[in-house]
Amino acid sequence: MADDIEKTAKNNDAIGAAMAPPRHSEWRRISRVFFGRKLYAIGFAICVLLIIVAIFAPWIATHDPLKTDLRHKLEQPSWTHLLGTDSVGRDTFSRIVYGTRTSLLIGFTAVFASAMAGTLMGLAAAYFGGWVFAIIMRFTDAIMALPGIILVLLIAGLAGGGIPVVIFALGFGGIAGMCRMMCGQALSVKQNDYVLAGRAIGMSDWRMMLTQIFPNAFPPLMVGITMGIGGVVLGEAGLSFLGIGVMPPTPSWGGMVNNGQSYLLTNPILSLAPGVAIMLLVFGFNMLGDGVRDAVDPKLRGVL
Amino acid sequence: MTSILDVENLKTYFKTEYGLVKAADGVSFHVNQGEIIGLVGESGCGKSVSILSVMQLIQKPGEIVDGKIIFNGQDLRKYRSNGPEMRAIRGSKMTMIFQEPMTSLNPVLTICRQVTESLELHLDMDRQAARERAIELLKMVGVPDAASRVDDYPHQFSGGMRQRVMIAMALSCNPMIIFADEPTTAVDVTTQAQLLELMKDLVTRLNTSLVIVTHNLGVVARYAQRIYVMYAGRIIESGLSEDIFGHPHHPYTIGLLHSVPRLGEKHGSRKLIPIDGMPPDLINMPPTCAFLPRCTYKVEKCQKEPWPALRAVGDQHYISCYVDIREK
Repeated sequence: MADDIEKTAKNNDAIGAAMAPPRHSEWRRISRVFFGRKLYAIGFAICVLLIIVAIFAPWIATHDPLKTDLRHKLEQPSWTHLLGTDSVGRDTFSRIVYGTRTSLLIGFTAVFASAMAGTLMGLAAAYFGGWVFAIIMRFTDAIMALPGIILVLLIAGLAGGGIPVVIFALGFGGIAGMCRMMCGQALSVKQNDYVLAGRAIGMSDWRMMLTQIFPNAFPPLMVGITMGIGGVVLGEAGLSFLGIGVMPPTPSWGGMVNNGQSYLLTNPILSLAPGVAIMLLVFGFNMLGDGVRDAVDPKLRGVL
Repeated sequence: MTSILDVENLKTYFKTEYGLVKAADGVSFHVNQGEIIGLVGESGCGKSVSILSVMQLIQKPGEIVDGKIIFNGQDLRKYRSNGPEMRAIRGSKMTMIFQEPMTSLNPVLTICRQVTESLELHLDMDRQAARERAIELLKMVGVPDAASRVDDYPHQFSGGMRQRVMIAMALSCNPMIIFADEPTTAVDVTTQAQLLELMKDLVTRLNTSLVIVTHNLGVVARYAQRIYVMYAGRIIESGLSEDIFGHPHHPYTIGLLHSVPRLGEKHGSRKLIPIDGMPPDLINMPPTCAFLPRCTYKVEKCQKEPWPALRAVGDQHYISCYVDIREK
């Protein structure tokens, strides 16, 4: 019988090698799904563009974003000032370019911090259950009981603005959502046989959480993260608009919209340009999030 | 032959809203080195719970309330269920093959990652050595083109191939005992035969013990040396395979054998007789024999006395029944 098995195995080997369809690597499949849709590709392009702008801001900007020039204040767009100047003569285009840095810095750090904390808490709650679950979930309930904007206003107002405060305020508010999302996913993933199988080969709790549960619960979270960036940037703009976010003179899109609103009738571009930048960023990251979800979700493998 | 696993009077209960479910209620069995054991019974009779209890994989609300589990001279009940001692045993000395090959592999990790996992955990191999060993293992279980397929994901494998991967994973650390929980239920009959031959061949070659849990008598008849028949959380008959199939003594076993056709039997030469009634509700168990309502051999004593303990009716042949039945 043993011989038979080996013979069949050898035979299978030959057949398998000859007949197996060409197999694509996982990356090629992901990129095919992702770039196969125009909208996702556009979203991706916008995000890449914004990141490039943020990194190379000093080379792209035409003027020093902080330099005031009262002789040339409130100028209309021209070749020297592509988007005109504001009430103290600062170049709007350069301020938007530098504002990308502020927005992305705040967006990425706040979202990653809240995703990290939320993931750890959600995983622990789902995996251990019992009192760990109860404590963590009551904590997220407490955060969620306060309307998001009030919580953020409270923190930012008490600590008095500035980039680190904005990051903390927006990140802290995001923990609850991330934690709940992770917890829900992890609870359903936990029911799968491969989690039991992991235990059956002697994995530790920590390893189980990281290798068996986390990768399977991650795709929806990835969407949450990319879309969260858009949300946080919007939140930051709101705070800066209200004057308790990023402190002037640091360029921030929200603050620029605020500054421009007194000249809305005469110089609408002052508020409009940063507004469009915010919109573009939020749109880009939302599309990126959707595309990433479709491309990496293991449940959609073979379908798309 | 030396016994490597001794389970005595194992009781695993589940506390549910409706009452206490005695899923395993005083199960005793032993496994010798290199032996293939069959654990047979219908759905919900406590087969899987018994072996999950041995591996300490019972989850809440289940709990092992009593019994001894001696494996390789160690009392497993002394260890915490996910403590370091238990983790060192699980996956290296004691492994398990699951029923559903479609769901027991992690969909987001490559086959390589999953097969090498226990090699890295227990044998401290480095990535490269573990990878080579994984390819070797996959070849051993008959996965074609193993060297390139090792980097595939589970969804690129068929059900039978996945079960082969599961077998490779179970064998990876040269375990002393493998529990196969309905290993062939989810695959078709041809694949089933291939997989069982493969398992039998591999365990005899590696001198590993194998416990096959199944509801399929055909599966154990051919491969198991000894058989335990379970009913309602208890073992009701045990013995050598020839004795169980040749001279069954317990009314339930007799009923089971009457209800399945045998290969080589002339068509229509024997009527198949089903066992009347339904398996009992494990929550409200009567103090008497749980098979009593369905039993065709019952005597007056059965109604009064509690569930009988196992008694010997032959060499290595035990039944839990008051009645002495000689099969014609």
